[in-house]
Amino acid sequence: MLSILRTIWLTFLHIFHKTETVEYPEVKPYLPPRYRGRIILTRDKEGEERCVACYLCASACPVDCISLQATEDESGRRYPEFFRINFSRCIFCGFCEEACPTYAIQLIPDFEMGEYDRQNMVYEKEHLLISGQGKYPDYNFYKNAGVSIGVKGKGEGDHEEKPLDLKDLMP
Amino acid sequence: MEVSMIKILIDGKQYEVKPEKNLLETCLALGLNIPHFCYHPALGSVGACRLCAVKKFRDADDNKGRLVMSCLEPVKEGLIVSIEDDEAKEFRTAIIEGLMTNHPHDCPVCDEGGECHLQDMTVMTGHNYRRFDFKKRTYTNQYLGPFINHEMNRCIQCYRCVRFYRDYAGGKDLNVFASHNHVYFGRHEDGVLESEFSGNLIEVCPTGVFTDKTLKKHFTRKWDLSNTPSICVHCTVGCNILVSERYDSLRRIMNRYNGAVNGYFICDRGRFGYEFVNDDRRIRNAKIRPQKEENQVEADNEILTSRLKTSLAKSQKIIGIGSPRASLESNFALSVLVGNENFYHGISKKEQLLTHTVLDFLQKSGVQTPSLKQIEKADAVLILGEDLTNTAPMIALAVRQASRNIPNQEALKKGIPIWDDGPSRELAQDTKSPVFIVTPFKDGLDDLSEGTFRASYDDIAYLGFVITASLDNKFPVSITTDYEHQKFADKVASVLINAKNPLIISGITNGDEAIVYAALNIARALFESNPKCMLSMVLPECNSMGLAFIPGKSLDDLVALSAVEEINTLVILENDLYRRATADMVDFLLERSKQIIVLDHLTNRTSVHADLLLPAATFAESEGTLVNNEGRAQRYYKAIVNSNHVRESWRWIDEFIKINDQDKILSWNRFDDIVSSMVNEWPVFSKLKTYMPDSDFRMLNEKIPRQTMRHSGRTAIHANIAVNEAKIPNDSDSPFTFSMEGQPERPPSSLVSFYWSPGWNSVQSMYNDLDEPNGSLKGGDPGIRLIAPDGTVDIPYFKMIPTAKKLQKDEWMIVPVYQIFGSEELSSAGHTLTQRIRVPFVYLNRKDADSLGAVEGDRIRLVISKTNIVLIVRIENSLEQGIAGVSINLPGMPFIELPGIGNIYKL
Repeated sequence: MLSILRTIWLTFLHIFHKTETVEYPEVKPYLPPRYRGRIILTRDKEGEERCVACYLCASACPVDCISLQATEDESGRRYPEFFRINFSRCIFCGFCEEACPTYAIQLIPDFEMGEYDRQNMVYEKEHLLISGQGKYPDYNFYKNAGVSIGVKGKGEGDHEEKPLDLKDLMP
Repeated sequence: MEVSMIKILIDGKQYEVKPEKNLLETCLALGLNIPHFCYHPALGSVGACRLCAVKKFRDADDNKGRLVMSCLEPVKEGLIVSIEDDEAKEFRTAIIEGLMTNHPHDCPVCDEGGECHLQDMTVMTGHNYRRFDFKKRTYTNQYLGPFINHEMNRCIQCYRCVRFYRDYAGGKDLNVFASHNHVYFGRHEDGVLESEFSGNLIEVCPTGVFTDKTLKKHFTRKWDLSNTPSICVHCTVGCNILVSERYDSLRRIMNRYNGAVNGYFICDRGRFGYEFVNDDRRIRNAKIRPQKEENQVEADNEILTSRLKTSLAKSQKIIGIGSPRASLESNFALSVLVGNENFYHGISKKEQLLTHTVLDFLQKSGVQTPSLKQIEKADAVLILGEDLTNTAPMIALAVRQASRNIPNQEALKKGIPIWDDGPSRELAQDTKSPVFIVTPFKDGLDDLSEGTFRASYDDIAYLGFVITASLDNKFPVSITTDYEHQKFADKVASVLINAKNPLIISGITNGDEAIVYAALNIARALFESNPKCMLSMVLPECNSMGLAFIPGKSLDDLVALSAVEEINTLVILENDLYRRATADMVDFLLERSKQIIVLDHLTNRTSVHADLLLPAATFAESEGTLVNNEGRAQRYYKAIVNSNHVRESWRWIDEFIKINDQDKILSWNRFDDIVSSMVNEWPVFSKLKTYMPDSDFRMLNEKIPRQTMRHSGRTAIHANIAVNEAKIPNDSDSPFTFSMEGQPERPPSSLVSFYWSPGWNSVQSMYNDLDEPNGSLKGGDPGIRLIAPDGTVDIPYFKMIPTAKKLQKDEWMIVPVYQIFGSEELSSAGHTLTQRIRVPFVYLNRKDADSLGAVEGDRIRLVISKTNIVLIVRIENSLEQGIAGVSINLPGMPFIELPGIGNIYKL
């Protein structure tokens, strides 16, 4: 008897508490920048695609929902010919972002991806690729890599000596 | 031979091991991981990279020990070492750290990533943080041709590439340049790598300096490739390969270790010849010709069936042409459809006669035909009229290893083990086991040769008979020859007779009967005195030997038949007849055939004549058994799921049989059914039944996965078509499944579908599959020998002595010149390999060219048996005067029967 009265009293007190529920979608919840939502592909500062199609995101994905094919342009820069994420399978674990060596793939605080047709949950590169750098500005993988592509010749990277002259005998 | 085992102590644990090995290979065989770079089982140890350091203790009382390189440490009784010693571990980590100071930040864009020996070793030693703050050294790259990509920044200076390319494979144009920390591995200038084995640099290089350029075009990581064990179809040797698929296309070919056939290496034709499978010229849909003179049009199933019903009605007489490049099973199916009496081999009468002669000799004479491994053990070699480097490159590579046997024995006497590569080569200098090369023009193996003999085919064959006569004084034919020939023959004979494991190599690709007979005679004569002598005969195609086991008539017989009676229905199985006989003959045959049904992979000159053209699956899309030149039957498996109308040839023919005769119930539902049906019909293949696990084979109730455990994209690959995942394609023909699910345990040796073991992602992980480095696969090397030399039948000598043909004025002796790239039909269709195919050419001696008034690069017209061909002149002074070598079977060349006599006119 007493416990019932106590329960009623406690419930009554909740009327004066601050409400936790927000009136979504009129009121949007606060999502921190590192919230793991929709996946995007970003570009570097020069506006080129960051993704080098290394397949690490695909291999890290525990639900195998990323599929891509690498190709190269005339300068030897590697990029994905297609890049597909099946969001109907994605569990937003963020492993792909952790695996990405070029900061290309990023998870952003957007979760509003509901669809009536499951087929529409399949995102191709044109849906994923944005024009900006996302969360990690200023990183350009090719500046740090040893390969020579359009933006940088051999030995022009940030941590590189000039290419060796093989005929040089100096120590 | 039983070797007495010795006891050694590793990290306090006692092991019984084989003596005369080095510590590194011993540990790898025991499954103990020691990081290493420069050691490669096929190349031996040089102690260059310093990574395989372990601690060695003097005796049980020694607790300080000293660091030694395990690759240079012979195992001796009572050896005490420690791999896990802290100082040794620290040393190895420091070595890797040093190597990594200049290694670029390339892994994401490096094709080696994921199967990189350097990655594996870095993880294995535990180095993970870069402390070196200075800049990285860079190099410029070179263009090395259409097959190999060069990225020199990634080099860690292990020297494996030059040791393989120069020391092992005899290449000349890859070397190491500059000094100290500037050393550079490449060519003296940009250019195509000349060696026929350059593709192996991809697997030999522990990092991504040399990578596969054909894979780069459709790059896929190792873990995403779906792999299937297969057999190379581009020559008669039958190397074991791994075929890799992704997104329904063939992505690359890798070597698959087989201790008896190809060890660690395959040739470039085998590695890069796969692109025809993905080619646009592939026949993927069935086509019919509605009326004579009309064009072929694509047909749906209904039209196709009704058309087949009329063509294959029981009242019709059906003739079948098999093929030496089709599997045993497909040939068998065709012979069941048409009956043995109507089954033709689809090769010329001469080729058929020669293959039969060879097979008959190998079965009855008792002379054994060696595997590649046995060829490597030969201590005296005679090559008679066969251009090995171009017709069977892997045999040439094996002969190259055989040439090291005698110097290696010398080194052993001086206490230098064979694996100790530096000193043993230093001691050998230029001494080699005797190799005699008797060919009409220069040979890729000339640099090994103790004696070369350049002559016309008639003289080569004649020399063979002279050698036989010097080997056996009972040789029934009297031979006279000039002093020079006699001297050379006597020298060869005395070397062969004194050798322990002499080897005769010849082949039928030269098309000269007398040379074949001469080679068989030499082997027979040698066998009398040395039962260990070996004979290796090169045949033209991947299943030439298999076809020889099957009853059937030749293409010439069929042409003769067609002159007598019209043919109702002609079924041509995977065979371009225009490569087998003159265009006149084939035109005649096809004109005399009312209905022509062609089953093939690629559009070719024969397929355009087809009234019904049916897409046949290639080696990558079907199961089949091939028999190589040593009579080893080996099986390949389906790597790609068939699409469109593409089906296995035997499945098409099974359908034909059902249409042809409804009473015949074969129930060939699965590949195994046709195998057992074939074995019942032709008991010569009875060993195939027990040869390897059939499609019911399971490991703990599961099929063997084609895909690695980290295969990615399963739920996204087809999501653009339908978001619901499709069912895994059913594979009732093999013990494999198109999935990653299955037993992670190692399957039987013939069913190994990819190399991986914990900590080893690179191809080096195959250590885990071998009983010891350079040894056999665990569970025995796959493949079953169908030829068991009998030795009880006394085969008489062949007595057909050739007489030198008299040439009229303006007449030339024309001999065939095979090309590794181009002379084989299927590989020539790949667009990368095409870049290496030369324009059809003629080799002429300079004096001959002068007499024609031609210089290098001029065009000439060759007229031979009414065929006209325009060819480019190439000066080749090793040819005797009066002989012209003509490139054979290159794309666009008409068939010419060689050797023959022809006329040459300058244009």
